[in-house]
Amino acid sequence: MKKQELSWKAGGQQGEGLESLGEIFAAALCSLGYDVYGYRQFSSRIKGGHTSYKLRIANHPVATIASSCNLLIAMDPDTLEVDAPELTAEGILVTDTAWLEGKKPKVRTVALSWNELSKADGTTLPKNILALGITAALLGIDTAKLLPLLEKQYGRKGAEVMETNRLALETGYEYIKNNYHDLLAAFTMPELENPQPKLFMLGNEAVALGALTSGAKFMSAYPITPSSEIMEYMVKYAPAEGGVMLQTEDEISACTMAIGAAYAGARAFTATAGPGLSLMAEAIGLAEMTETPLVVIDTQRGGPSTGLPTKHEQSDLMAAIYNTHGDTAKIVISPSSIEESFYDTFEAFNLAEEYQCPVIVLSDLQLSLGKQSVTSLDYGKLQVRRGKLVKDGLPEIKSPEYFKRYDLEAEGSISMRVLPGTPNGISLGTGLEHDEVGRPSENRAMRTAQSDKRLRKVRSVVDTFESPLYEDAPYPQSDLLIIGMAGTRAVISEVAEELREKGLRVNHVQIRLLSPFPVCALNHYLQEAKKIVVVEHNATAQLARLIKMNVPPCPELHSILKYNGDIFYKEELLAKCKEVL
Amino acid sequence: MSTLASFQNQVKPNWCPGCGDYAVQMALQQAAVKLNLEPHQLALVSGIGCSGRIGGYLYAYGMHTTHGRALPFAQGVKLANPELTVIACGGDGDGFAIGTAHTIHAMRRNVNITYILMDNHVYGLTKGQTSPRSDVGFKTKTTPTGNIETPIAALELALASGATFVAQGFSAQLPQLVDLIVAAVRHEGFSFVNVFSPCVTFNHTNTYEWFREHLSDVKDIAGYDPHDKGAAARHIMEKEGMLTGLLYENDRASYEQASGLAGFNTIKNVEKMPQANFNKLLEGFK
Repeated sequence: MKKQELSWKAGGQQGEGLESLGEIFAAALCSLGYDVYGYRQFSSRIKGGHTSYKLRIANHPVATIASSCNLLIAMDPDTLEVDAPELTAEGILVTDTAWLEGKKPKVRTVALSWNELSKADGTTLPKNILALGITAALLGIDTAKLLPLLEKQYGRKGAEVMETNRLALETGYEYIKNNYHDLLAAFTMPELENPQPKLFMLGNEAVALGALTSGAKFMSAYPITPSSEIMEYMVKYAPAEGGVMLQTEDEISACTMAIGAAYAGARAFTATAGPGLSLMAEAIGLAEMTETPLVVIDTQRGGPSTGLPTKHEQSDLMAAIYNTHGDTAKIVISPSSIEESFYDTFEAFNLAEEYQCPVIVLSDLQLSLGKQSVTSLDYGKLQVRRGKLVKDGLPEIKSPEYFKRYDLEAEGSISMRVLPGTPNGISLGTGLEHDEVGRPSENRAMRTAQSDKRLRKVRSVVDTFESPLYEDAPYPQSDLLIIGMAGTRAVISEVAEELREKGLRVNHVQIRLLSPFPVCALNHYLQEAKKIVVVEHNATAQLARLIKMNVPPCPELHSILKYNGDIFYKEELLAKCKEVL
Repeated sequence: MSTLASFQNQVKPNWCPGCGDYAVQMALQQAAVKLNLEPHQLALVSGIGCSGRIGGYLYAYGMHTTHGRALPFAQGVKLANPELTVIACGGDGDGFAIGTAHTIHAMRRNVNITYILMDNHVYGLTKGQTSPRSDVGFKTKTTPTGNIETPIAALELALASGATFVAQGFSAQLPQLVDLIVAAVRHEGFSFVNVFSPCVTFNHTNTYEWFREHLSDVKDIAGYDPHDKGAAARHIMEKEGMLTGLLYENDRASYEQASGLAGFNTIKNVEKMPQANFNKLLEGFK
């Protein structure tokens, strides 16, 4: 079946219901079996300020935004300035007539008056649902197919609210039917073969679902963009599992509380973005020193300082690995799709318990807030692994004997972990350097041995981590190797595909295990490539530096960097790759 | 049955001879016996400073955390395993400087743990700097001409923050301190016990003698009612905080009760979510 797709966008002022519009529409499309990818652009204010919601509708999996747009709905004048340039020549613009003054759109245009259209007997029809009706008409979608999703969103608000929204949907549809009859079903929707309803999921929701599925029932966190949806999902669904999401006074408390809960036996985690990660640095060191499992989700955004709170970036890589003082050996993993956000979060809890150390899951804004169709998640393949956890049956000990929590003879340098409350397991923990039972120690030999223990134990992760790389690398020798991490996977895939169609041998890998670094897995791709580009969203080429630090001698790496807050689009990335070739 | 010896671990503390913290250590051990605890049922979480070392000086599960963060850690422990008795300990630097926010919010939150703050009005482990509890005019290495900042009013701050159990003890009054700790642990919710624990090396102003001279017991106040917040606040202010005993208590629902965790808490039972629950969550994405 031929790949077909359409791109739809609505722009307006924040607070006008853009998000509901996009979500209802996308969820309806998913229920009809389409593949969709939704991405919202917003500023960090609640009301006012231009915002947009863009949807890519396809008959094949899509995981990034399209740079062009077929149908654009302008709910504010800014849309004409900001978003209209994306319209294709065959596109349609829906706008208020008032905003067209002195402008002559080059595309087919539906000019209306939002004010007039929203007037109804005794009520004002919501602009966003009018836009949904207009959309349905232009795309030839039966409004009856949208009603169940409208009901899901507004039904609980009462019959009156629901009726107003239903009326808005019909009014929008009828407006096109009556005034722009030739534009009814102006676009052909992508052709579907055997359509199956899909899940419509936010990256952050996939993370929270992964955590809950793995048995993590304790989350302590402080709200921050773009991670807050993880808290919001947990607070909704953790209580039914006997758990809790607790909003703390700050990120220091959030991280430390999660460590406390993990020490007591919970699978516990926190989620944050750059500024919070900086605040958590010391606590992460406590988890490292006391060998307590901890999972921290970092949804990267623009830095440094408050940076670009609502914009995309991948500049926390070095901080995720190194921001804690002293010699630390955390595990840092980075999912490159929404599905991997689910699986990797699940796995993060296994790693944290098996290796008894902090695990950072490095996501980014595009991955966190990108919402897309997901065909399925494989529950069956997931397994909980708790590592060397002693639950009972310990030989009797009495004061002053202690359990050797930090046993230096332990296999693989990973010692048995005992939880407080366990009889005959009494041991100590401290952020100070310590001896084998956890008593503070400045003994030089002990210091060296305990430090080596902590650093040595995580090395085997490179051998045991199931997929240290996402690999789309069909060629033994390549003309071009493209390397990325986290949210850039989809756009790189599309670029690779296009270059392959031109006859180039292009291999693509996303690095999913960032620390410890999978040197062996990556090196053979590096050695067998004529040219190598590293694509990342930061100014200092952090991923390329990390590769060079770990792979000596490293072939020449060409960096393609973008750090203006926006994501990579296919055409620009393609052009930059061609420059290197 | 545990005895005092059950909670002793033969580790020689690094505290100076005469330090008030020895009495806190002893009081904790006696209280643990009175509470019929076994060592493995007690988690002692401490911060940083001389006081923070106490986590390693009792035979129990001890965790010596980072500066100012004993409370967040301790709350995490308790929420994950409500069967444990969780006591957090720290100094006035921990609780009223670097960790003030946690102190206030732990009081608001009301998780069922006990916080023992060893208050000596000075930074001892870093060898004598001012503390947020130092008196105005107090001379230290960092306030050579005398402290010019107003000390934090610990008890008023606790009342204002919604603490449901506020008590104050003194290292030289061991039986009272033991009783206060026992009552604090039995209190359902967050219990705060401020303990004047003199530093004999770096504080030659707020000495044992000085505290004896200035402190009075609420038991000596006719008709003192620890359930009357207004009266408690008035007495505390009148005495400028120099009162010992149980100063205030109320029965506001603990975090566990209010959140529903008290009825259904499976946090420490780690297992893969049952398939039926997983499928139900997936339905939410359709």
